Amino acid sequence: MSTIEILFYALSAFAVISAAMVLISKNPIHSVLWLILVFFAISGHYILLNAQFLAIVNIIVYAGAIMVLFLFVIMLMNVKTDNEPQKKLLTKFIGVLSGGSLLTLLIALVKQTVQLQGKEVMMKEGTIGLIHPLGKALFSDYVVPFEISSVLFLSAMVGAVIIGKK
Amino acid sequence: MTILALDWGFIIEKLIMIAIVVFASLGIALYTTFGERKVAAILQDRPGPSRAGPFGLLQPLADGLKLIMKEEIIPNAASKWLFILGPGLAMTASLMTCAVIPWGSAVDVFGRHVELQIADVNIGILYVFAVVSMGVYGIMIGGWASNNKFSLMSALRAASQAISYELAMGLALIALLMTTGSLSLKTIVEQQVQGHWWNVVYQPLGFLIFFITAMAECNRTPFDLPEAENELNFGYHQEYSSMKLGFYLFAEYINMIMSSAIMACMYFGGYDLPFFNEASVAPNVAALIGLGTLLIKIVLFIFLFMWIRWTIPRFRYDQLMGLGWKTLIPLALFNMLLTGAVILAKL
Repeated sequence: MSTIEILFYALSAFAVISAAMVLISKNPIHSVLWLILVFFAISGHYILLNAQFLAIVNIIVYAGAIMVLFLFVIMLMNVKTDNEPQKKLLTKFIGVLSGGSLLTLLIALVKQTVQLQGKEVMMKEGTIGLIHPLGKALFSDYVVPFEISSVLFLSAMVGAVIIGKK
Repeated sequence: MTILALDWGFIIEKLIMIAIVVFASLGIALYTTFGERKVAAILQDRPGPSRAGPFGLLQPLADGLKLIMKEEIIPNAASKWLFILGPGLAMTASLMTCAVIPWGSAVDVFGRHVELQIADVNIGILYVFAVVSMGVYGIMIGGWASNNKFSLMSALRAASQAISYELAMGLALIALLMTTGSLSLKTIVEQQVQGHWWNVVYQPLGFLIFFITAMAECNRTPFDLPEAENELNFGYHQEYSSMKLGFYLFAEYINMIMSSAIMACMYFGGYDLPFFNEASVAPNVAALIGLGTLLIKIVLFIFLFMWIRWTIPRFRYDQLMGLGWKTLIPLALFNMLLTGAVILAKL
């Protein structure tokens, strides 16, 4: 096994175990902390794909900002393990069933996609994930969708301020 | 020497460098606590610590020993693992910054060309930014896990302060990036070594904003509301004792050193000694001179931090938020706009 393969499997195991712990932990704060570890593992995968910018933005935005807000809400609500509402067994069973079928569907879809068949993942090569090519692509080839999404963000911000003022 | 297709010499070189940088930061932080007490003493016209060793130089060692020897208390109602994790995270986050700081130009050791930087990644500044945003977890987790309402309130204060000031910090950095065109700290420093002026000349307003936000991110007075002892007892580390408390206090000093290093690199030329031609001496000597220059710049910044701490009283919480959101962010946006206009006019 090459170094990259070892890293890939270690990171994948790390991600899957942390993701499982998000679901298993009874304490919501622990769940949030495990979720942060999942983001770190995924950022590791991005670095293996030579997408440094994506990796670091994933950490800044998801691990650094959004999860802090999650922690805020959970800490202020003071959710404890004992007063957490427990679902009925039937509801849990149905939940597992529907989640499982969605997973099966997604895996089947990815496996059958023609564009992905016979392709290999580019590990540690390619430059599109680096910041200069990415910026060039965003501001030349994809400038219209980029600007439209920034307008979308702006309107979301304005909306939040207006709702907050009421 | 290749096992697993790795250059083990490279890995050993980096491990040695990490060890040196981490232990040096810890050592400097130890003596920064001493420096803080001496500066406070001078500003308040009193002798300061003077009994342990000559000029009280052994005082930090005595302080450290005292912290280690103290009884370790974990409150019964605290959530134990998170209580231990909190200070560890605070320390890790503050030490992680040192990975991208260029400490000097390259040296040649035993025929090996060694860059005096742990990792020259092309997203250096974003990395710093990510680590800064991680720093808030140590405080939040510690404050929550203590199961004490004062700790929790202080942790929430700290988190909202950090988030508010990160925005202005990011905007100030964007203006700097527009002038340098690179995110790598090494490249930014090299540009200043080659060019005529340091970046602070092009970005005076940006530097001021960055300096203020850095002070807020380090929880230094006048922004030390998270540990406002007169209203929140002792803030987020109230329940902590022994070395866990020591870790929190230490993390603050390491944060201060790292932000001084970042400011020196980004705005004040890093390892660039002004009016000195690096090419006129041997590369190793030039690198050592550069390292010394950077350290002097860091010490000057730390002194500035201390000077401000012992001069200006603490803000009220609404003043803090008002300064962050209503003054610094609009100023940073204006600075960004101005920089953009100047760059456009130059084209």
